[in-house]
Amino acid sequence: MSGPSPVDGLEARTAPSASAPARRRPAWHAATVASVAPETPVARRIVLDVPTWPGNDPGQHLDLRLTAEDGYQASRSYSIASSGAGTRVTLAVDRVEGGEVSPFLVDAIEVGDALDVHGPLGGWFVWRPGASTRPVQLIAGGSGIVPLLPMVTAHAEAADRTPFRLLYATRTPEDVFFREELADALRAAAPLEVTHVYSRRAPEGSDEPVGRLTRERLDRAVLPPGSGALVYVCGSTPFVEQVLRWLGELGHDLSDVRAERFGGA
Amino acid sequence: MATFTRGFGGRRDDRDDPRIPPGQTLVRDWPVLSAGATPDIEPADWSFSIRTETGLRTWTWDEVHALGVEDVTVDIHCVTHWTKLDMPWRGVSLDRLFADVETSLDFCTVHSFGGYTTNVPRAELLGGRSWIAFEADGAPLTPEHGGPARLLVPHLYFWKSAKWVRGIVMQAEDEPGFWENAGYNMHGDPWKEERYW
Repeated sequence: MSGPSPVDGLEARTAPSASAPARRRPAWHAATVASVAPETPVARRIVLDVPTWPGNDPGQHLDLRLTAEDGYQASRSYSIASSGAGTRVTLAVDRVEGGEVSPFLVDAIEVGDALDVHGPLGGWFVWRPGASTRPVQLIAGGSGIVPLLPMVTAHAEAADRTPFRLLYATRTPEDVFFREELADALRAAAPLEVTHVYSRRAPEGSDEPVGRLTRERLDRAVLPPGSGALVYVCGSTPFVEQVLRWLGELGHDLSDVRAERFGGA
Repeated sequence: MATFTRGFGGRRDDRDDPRIPPGQTLVRDWPVLSAGATPDIEPADWSFSIRTETGLRTWTWDEVHALGVEDVTVDIHCVTHWTKLDMPWRGVSLDRLFADVETSLDFCTVHSFGGYTTNVPRAELLGGRSWIAFEADGAPLTPEHGGPARLLVPHLYFWKSAKWVRGIVMQAEDEPGFWENAGYNMHGDPWKEERYW
């Protein structure tokens, strides 16, 4: 910061752009649905073909806009499940009951349909191979895995040696997103450990205890305080608030924690 | 230039309300958005400071309240596309704090506990357009909504209404804050859809 130096606690958190390479400037892009597939019983994977997409970093999001024939528009923000320089952009959308946009995306939109996206957005909740050697702890609740998956994938594809851990809480095994991608990443050379927590039902034959995440299970699964880990937490607001509270109680430095909350809107 | 999406009708309830800016959707709950952990701050540990070219002016919790708490009802607009209408707040106008401060510097970096920052021109904090808010919806602000005190600048997107606010550093130049460095607009007028760079 230029100007007078702040005093008495008025110090800023390090600006996220300080370590960021040249940013991709967000802009509107015309998109076409390239493929759709069920991701879980209530979520759908939607791959968009965006010919002018400048690429995006793992963890970034976009605004998606639908326009009705009479010009009425609805916009929503979605995390991006893919990263890199390609012009195919993957989303995974959970159906919000009673919602205006997500039920349309999950139940109605088809291959070839057109829409608009604005992005890539966000420069804080991102991780890039090579940007840091600090270990990384990812913590996802439900569809909160979406912005974390491209971090896992990019780490695997780059054969990055940074230690990665993922703690992923879902209700049942069927609610797990990106099962193939996570299995591929586990087979890759890049170091990755994945812990699943199932609140309702575990896979058959699993000796994992079934039940909601607790502070003790969080403590056992995550990189310990003092490991210097960067921590990324994503999920519903109550999930994220609870995890952050426990991380604080367990002695983690919360200035190393980046959080993204899925609101009710 | 918008692309029409086949088969999309939309629900458009309340969308005709002229108080809803373009690209926004009405909500009745109050979503929580922040970049990291929620700090836990007791009013006794809270104070508010303004740093100018001549020094630092600090008010305690009680001193800020003593300047005069007002009731205001405002609409708030989040860059993540939600708008909440007719929300009752209680707080102290920034006019009252700046009445005590002499400065020729035109730009503010607003600082929060936890290190969050955001930039607002001084002129946009004055004239009955911003408050240090302590209550919303008839109750003290909860920590996840920025309690015990947050900035309230309802005519700009809500990331400018810094949670856990603790002070302002006056500057000669307009410097980007936390989200402004991460791709969000320097100004953030919801009626002009100033969302991003």
